[in-house]
Amino acid sequence: MKKHNKYNTEVTGAEAVILSLLDAQVTDVFGYPGGAIMPVYDALYDYMDQLNHYLVRHEQGATHAAQGYSRVSGKPGVVFATSGPGATNLITGIADAQIDSTPMVCITGQVHSHLLGTDAFQETDVVGISMPVTKWNIQVTKAEDIAPAIAKAFYIATSGRSGPVLVDITKDAQFGKTKYVYEKCESIRSYFPCPKVNEEEISKAAELINNAQRPYILSGHGVLLSGAEKQLLDLAEKANIPVASTLLGLGAFPPTHKLYVGYLGMHGNYGPNLLTNECDVLIAIGMRFDDRVTGNVAKYAKQAKVIHFEIDSSEVNKIIHADVAVLGDAKEALQLLLPKIKSQKHSEWLQKFTDCTTVEFEKVVKNAVNPTTEKLRMAEVIHQFHQLSEGNAIVVTDVGQHQMITSRYYKFNQPNHNVTSGGLGTMGFGLPAAVGAKVAQPEKEVVAVLGDGGFQMTIQELGTIMQSNIPVKILVLNNNFLGMVRQWQQLFFDRRYSFTEMKNPNFVAIANGYNIKGRKVTERKDLNEALKEMYESKEAYLLEVVVENEENVFPMITTGASVSEIILE
Amino acid sequence: MENTYTLSVFTEDKIGLLNRITIIFTRRHINIESITASESEVKGIYRYTIVVTVSQEQVEKLVGQIEKQVEVLKAFYHINNDILSREMALYKVSADALKENELFTRIVNENHAKILSISPEFIVIEKTGDEREIKHLFNDLEKFGMLEFVRSGRVAITKPMKTLNTFLKEVENNSKTIVKHFNN
Repeated sequence: MKKHNKYNTEVTGAEAVILSLLDAQVTDVFGYPGGAIMPVYDALYDYMDQLNHYLVRHEQGATHAAQGYSRVSGKPGVVFATSGPGATNLITGIADAQIDSTPMVCITGQVHSHLLGTDAFQETDVVGISMPVTKWNIQVTKAEDIAPAIAKAFYIATSGRSGPVLVDITKDAQFGKTKYVYEKCESIRSYFPCPKVNEEEISKAAELINNAQRPYILSGHGVLLSGAEKQLLDLAEKANIPVASTLLGLGAFPPTHKLYVGYLGMHGNYGPNLLTNECDVLIAIGMRFDDRVTGNVAKYAKQAKVIHFEIDSSEVNKIIHADVAVLGDAKEALQLLLPKIKSQKHSEWLQKFTDCTTVEFEKVVKNAVNPTTEKLRMAEVIHQFHQLSEGNAIVVTDVGQHQMITSRYYKFNQPNHNVTSGGLGTMGFGLPAAVGAKVAQPEKEVVAVLGDGGFQMTIQELGTIMQSNIPVKILVLNNNFLGMVRQWQQLFFDRRYSFTEMKNPNFVAIANGYNIKGRKVTERKDLNEALKEMYESKEAYLLEVVVENEENVFPMITTGASVSEIILE
Repeated sequence: MENTYTLSVFTEDKIGLLNRITIIFTRRHINIESITASESEVKGIYRYTIVVTVSQEQVEKLVGQIEKQVEVLKAFYHINNDILSREMALYKVSADALKENELFTRIVNENHAKILSISPEFIVIEKTGDEREIKHLFNDLEKFGMLEFVRSGRVAITKPMKTLNTFLKEVENNSKTIVKHFNN
């Protein structure tokens, strides 16, 4: 173990990278070495007992692992990659983190500064390439600039509306010598991460809520990011306001609570979508009116006064006009709002949601979780998995039908247990994100629910699981199709199944090849026991469940339709 | 309805920031009509003047996205009435223009332009003015054979009296919010 008397000795820039990470309280890094970042990896060699490094199989995997890590721990995920292809392989994960407000610090090696712009081997302008998808980025060419850049990077990634940042460090800066000084960054003159909550706006919001007959709360990812779950619950209970959740907000509000009405969006629950167009005051907390939530914006909640609680001022009026905008941290804002809220009943209004739940149960849920079909259906798998885990597992999904089914049928009992790619919809996210989640929360059961398509986009991360011995569970719902695209082809492209059918490998054999136990289930009678075996396994485990090939996810708000035009079948 | 807006963006001095700002326009398929950047009256703070033709709603969103950038201190937008703006142009015409010296001199004088350089082959004329005036002189000089023409981006000063330093103080005290015009 290297004990560094770090404030008195000169260190290399590479060592300054490691020391800065330690000073930023980093314990885990996901990465992949290469030429331009070799000095950093060499410095890491002396600190392996203080900084756990997980060797991924592709740099994209490192970014998703860092995202999964961050989403379940609240800490920023950290990524190492080399220059050129190493750096460009990060872009998908960075873009995903940017749109889903996930704090992440990427450190890339870069060619010598004298080679910049010469088309040197593995040189790419990663600062330029990552600019549109990072919250902030910087190139460092001198050893002494490394610690301040990293300090700034952590501050920017984690403050305000969190997001990904990238620090690109030339090889000569890594080799250069510097006196190591780490000063935590706590402010930047031009940067105002968290607006102070305006009391006047709070009063206006309270007045609207107190006078509302049919108030309705939409709870988003911002509630989780600000840790405002308790305040949200208090607000809802005080005035008996129904609460619906966005995809990324799932888990912020107890799913069994009588005021919880369900999940919003294109494949969300019936009532929460339909009744958006019947509420009189819409209270949006930490959400950004994504098009998957709003459907046709021209026909979205036109009858309602909108109160928007939002940390990022550029989100206000971006999609939906806010009658009252409360800028700032959701927790702080709700704390200020609560004493001004009057107790209310809203019984009739709540009954409408209950009625919708009944309709949805009869038309969709009943058949989905207890199907009469010969083949297994996705919803019954997730429903049984939910019952088995009692809603307490960290569930990481990929993107597609299985993702929508999981968000519909897995009821997250706890905050920060739902990890999914929302805004970007990145296939391949699930497996590496589950790796990161398990690293961050080793005591929790982490289950990656994947489709056969997305699994194969980052299937190589089975190698990471094997090498670092990360006991994640993998539940593959295999319908031998790119199911969501196939569903659209069926509904909107006259069943012309253009390149959506998948000829799949033997997934269990592949898992076994990585020394991971596996099992394949095709029959209903084996499902429960197989799920149990997977869930209770102490080691990594892959369960492939072969499901109905051409199952559609309903309800659905089709493109261009209004939330009130949600269809059930 | 679309309108011409002049954006004034005050930023820290950082490599690549101009790129970060132009990306905001590119991503929304909005063409930047002109852009200039230079140090402002406050040392270390840069001022970008950007001209775009967009709707009111679009310009508000653009300013919001620009202000969101970590190293942007403040961004404003103005309609033409709120600013005094100038562009500069250089015109290179054939020295044959001197064959019609009287007409040539009259055009230069009437347009409040000045002759920057005369050589045996060509003459360079300099003109400061608004877009319309610069175009007017271009049309007038074209008959002498335009060899080269170059025009700067717009630089603009806002009419209401409020200095950047006042804003810096406000910015340091308050949170960053969109200020529609200098006098708001």
